[in-house]
Amino acid sequence: MDLFEYQGKQYFARYDIPVSPGGPADTVDEAVKEAASAGYPVVVKAQVQVGGRGKAGGIKLADNEAEVREHAGNILGMDIKGHVVRRLWVEAASDIDEEYYVSFTLDRSEKKHLMMLSREGGVEIEVVAEENPDAIVKLHIDPVGGLSEAIARQACIDAKLPDRAIGGATDILVKLYRCYDEGDCDLAEINPLILKPTGEVHALDAKVTLDGNAEFRHPEWDAFRGLTEMDDREKMAAERDLQYIGLDGTVGIIANGAGLAMSTLDVVNQVGGSAANFLDIGGGANADVMAGALEVINFDENVKSIFINIFGGITRGEEVAKGIVEAMGRVDLKAPIVIRLDGTNAEEGRQILVDAGIPEDKLRSEPTMLEAARAAVALAS
Amino acid sequence: MAIFVDENTKVLVQGLTGGQGKYHGLRNRDYGTQVVGGVTPGKGGQDVEGIPIFNSVAEAVAVTGANASFAAVPPKFASGAIMEAAEAGIGFVVCITEGIPAQDEAKVFNRLVRDFPGTRLLGPNCPGIISPGKCNIGITAGEIAQNPTGSGPNVGIVSRSGTLTYQALYELKQRGIGVSTCVGIGGDPVPGTNFIDCLSEFQNDPETHAIMMLGEIGGSAEEEAADYISANVTKPMSAYIAGVTAPAGKKMGHAGAIVSGNKGTAQGKMAALAAAGVKVGLNPTEAGELMAEIVATF
Repeated sequence: MDLFEYQGKQYFARYDIPVSPGGPADTVDEAVKEAASAGYPVVVKAQVQVGGRGKAGGIKLADNEAEVREHAGNILGMDIKGHVVRRLWVEAASDIDEEYYVSFTLDRSEKKHLMMLSREGGVEIEVVAEENPDAIVKLHIDPVGGLSEAIARQACIDAKLPDRAIGGATDILVKLYRCYDEGDCDLAEINPLILKPTGEVHALDAKVTLDGNAEFRHPEWDAFRGLTEMDDREKMAAERDLQYIGLDGTVGIIANGAGLAMSTLDVVNQVGGSAANFLDIGGGANADVMAGALEVINFDENVKSIFINIFGGITRGEEVAKGIVEAMGRVDLKAPIVIRLDGTNAEEGRQILVDAGIPEDKLRSEPTMLEAARAAVALAS
Repeated sequence: MAIFVDENTKVLVQGLTGGQGKYHGLRNRDYGTQVVGGVTPGKGGQDVEGIPIFNSVAEAVAVTGANASFAAVPPKFASGAIMEAAEAGIGFVVCITEGIPAQDEAKVFNRLVRDFPGTRLLGPNCPGIISPGKCNIGITAGEIAQNPTGSGPNVGIVSRSGTLTYQALYELKQRGIGVSTCVGIGGDPVPGTNFIDCLSEFQNDPETHAIMMLGEIGGSAEEEAADYISANVTKPMSAYIAGVTAPAGKKMGHAGAIVSGNKGTAQGKMAALAAAGVKVGLNPTEAGELMAEIVATF
């Protein structure tokens, strides 16, 4: 789950990481109210999950109420690289002496956490990595041992932060690691991390990706729900706990397992079709899950045929078949289904489908993935 | 021969009294696997269709002599179950649990490396392992796996994706090709066992004559495997990478992009494997056909 900047800052604040006083605003009047309580001058910032907001005019400094009104009015509704601005974050402006970069993420190759710290912040870190790789200090952290203050301090020294920034930066590194670790982030990034003329170090931006698998131990994440950038199909799928990504094609896809779902997209593409979505119903999918998946696909008006590709392991064939039969009773499906069912209890599943007596123009079985893909693509074109 | 598990493997099922554990544990036993016990704290002394239940792994090991475990427990308890098995001296732990927090996985992996180097973890979020005709631990439907033959040629399979593992087994079965061992390493960020671990075992296993590998987009495990294959694997291989047309998955932000550099795309992985001499198919069926061609040359 990707957080917006303001949500990331609220999350940082839980771990005592210093951020500017401010608040979210959905209207010009709310922006004015937040500006007054933060104290002028303020920065009005578009809340979109895409880089390059500043260049696009989505971040503006305001010295008074009239300027807040002008900028908030301009930015709300603005389209930044396809993302429409629906919310602002208004915070007290900061004096900046220097800008740094810090992030924590998992290095899958090393199987350890990776901290990256750079004195050259405020710009895209990819550019720094390309042009001046020595300016980035990379430190692997053993997930069992964690990040000690001494090691964090040494990293600040290695990154050549000025002496007056080292105390504040060390403190933030340790707190940000705690946020990343205990807060179950896939990514915790501050760019820029700023040094103020007063010597304080402070997070001016926040980029946080939460690990959805850890939701069970974070009731506080409920506040972040429902605000992420999803289209209507994706919202509907999220409500049903389905792994769904909307695409532009005409063949609706339902598969079990991310690998098979990806492979299904590949095969549909290879035989000349295009997928309307990626949908992984996961392991252990039962009748309710299948019915929910069909409802989501049915909601997509571009879908001309539905390709259900199931290879049973945890997911049992008869459960899948029952789900399809039940869903066809519950939902008036607009598109025909082509199913390929193999693996655990596949024969029982196929028998259930035959016994249900569903007409061939509504549902047909194909023996292989390729043949099913061809049939589904033919029906969609 | 086979890798990691065979007819002598004695398996405990952690969570045998739960829905998934019972269903798959009993299926594993029906397949012929030596399922010698189950572990559920507080239910020691009971049995599940004749399989004795113990309160702890240590107790179960003492009584049954188990040397492998099948952890079929919910995400909240998975880390604890894996560590308990390691502490009891279990050498091979298969964890099928889907949805374990990445932070927990990273801690478990590094704790095993540091404190229990004698324990190999397979998974989590994997389908398990099957040495056809000998031992099946996990959720693979045994009937889709073709038994190996004494003289071969037999194929070893290693796969990052659960359902594609079955697909691979199925493709070989359709062609009557025997399988020595099929390992599903799982698609999570920190798998206990990786491609290279399995490739190394297959290379050294006299019963394995060729190797089929199934990868997917993201990370750089396939590229690392390709480097390893170039230097160390002499047995012929076919491969498939899922996700040529898949949408960009989880965005890991700028930091993630740097960790993986330009690695991670299906095209890049396929090119790396092809350069290492692996025959790469564009779909699982094609990878199966390529393997059939390889096997025909023996």
